[in-house]
Amino acid sequence: MITKRIIPCLDVRDGTVVKGVNFKDLKNVDSPVRLAEYYSGAGADELVFYDITASAEGRGLFTDILTETARCVFIPLTVGGGINTLDDFDRVLKCGADKVSVNSGAIRDPSLIPAAARLYGDQCVVLSVDVKRVNGVFTVFAKGGRENTGMEAIEWVKRCVGGGAGEVVVNSIDTDGAKSGFDIELCRAVCDAVNVPVIASGGAGCAADFIELFKAEPRIDAGLAASVFHFGQVEINALKREMKENGIEARI
Amino acid sequence: MIAVVNYGVGNLFSLCSSLRAVGADVTVTGDPDVIRAAERIVLPGVGAFEDAARKLSASGLEAPVREAAEEGKPLLGICLGMQLLFERSLEYGEHKGLGLIPGTVAPLAGRIPDTLKIPHMGWNALRLHGNAPIFKYIRDGEYVYFVHSYAAVGCGEYVIADTEYGEYLTAAVRRGSVYGCQFHPEKSGAAGLSILKAFTEL
Repeated sequence: MITKRIIPCLDVRDGTVVKGVNFKDLKNVDSPVRLAEYYSGAGADELVFYDITASAEGRGLFTDILTETARCVFIPLTVGGGINTLDDFDRVLKCGADKVSVNSGAIRDPSLIPAAARLYGDQCVVLSVDVKRVNGVFTVFAKGGRENTGMEAIEWVKRCVGGGAGEVVVNSIDTDGAKSGFDIELCRAVCDAVNVPVIASGGAGCAADFIELFKAEPRIDAGLAASVFHFGQVEINALKREMKENGIEARI
Repeated sequence: MIAVVNYGVGNLFSLCSSLRAVGADVTVTGDPDVIRAAERIVLPGVGAFEDAARKLSASGLEAPVREAAEEGKPLLGICLGMQLLFERSLEYGEHKGLGLIPGTVAPLAGRIPDTLKIPHMGWNALRLHGNAPIFKYIRDGEYVYFVHSYAAVGCGEYVIADTEYGEYLTAAVRRGSVYGCQFHPEKSGAAGLSILKAFTEL
């Protein structure tokens, strides 16, 4: 049976990996290429590269880093950040990305996901959505979590999946950086709404948070995190052994 | 030299990088003569069957691929490239494949329980059948990476590995020197590289 995936996310800025706590206070960690190689060897099932400042400042992705990574890392690679046009898809796919995640770009241009899905296939198009509760309503935020779009999140996810997004990364701004566990309530609401793979993001503080996620909501396909992996609080292969001990399918 | 058949579908970057990582001399080519001169051939592919079959035929590369198979040269079809090896596909209608391996490519929808998501995407374990040389460096139960919504049926005796997703799905086939992998060895970490390494040694 298919395994639950563990996905380290490398937030890239100026050629280095950074992790924002609630998307602020960025902290340099290491070279993206070195980290990607390390994670591939350490049991990561997939890697995500996010150019986190691209949508705010309109900068392009660091395609040299991507190319270099794809040359030496042989697990699926998803790229996001600053994906606004089909040309952006083309550019990162040529550099070795397997999937492309769209966030603010899809909000700005709702025809982007359907057009990309037609051209590259649903499996290539990932919707990434930043969600925060506003007066108790799951609300979509754009531009790295800085701008309230006023859109209800679950409807937005349904619309994007209907348009061809083959996977959804659900990032909870409410739990991001707090290290007190994933936003299971939000994940459940998304799993109720769509039947494509759903990746939980935001809030992992320890291995037990992943176990709790997969036990509480078995429809979740993957857990994504950054700093807990970068700073060694969670060692991926140890996490996967713990998953297996808890009856959760994992690749070791 | 390994020729990676470039007929205008999919991204060959990762595939070439992974073959080079196991020491292969790789040429991406749309030239029939280069394919004829190659020792081994990889037929990649992503996207829709009908479009890919048409492009392979229109590019003039179907003939050299067939000749290679007939001559007994090692040929590896990956993902949609594997599906093209079969007699036909039922993806959006019915379309003819190369017919190098008996079987039909059929949708997962309706075959697997409704609770399972389609595409079958992610890491799943291989159940090996027999001792195919291409799997000589991996063990039974090794995880590899899949992304597909269709899978081959009716290819029983040619199945060298399957994988469980609600039911057992064809994961790899072999007929003589012609191999097909439904999964992506170039995205399957160390296990995938071991499979590609074994292919370069056939």
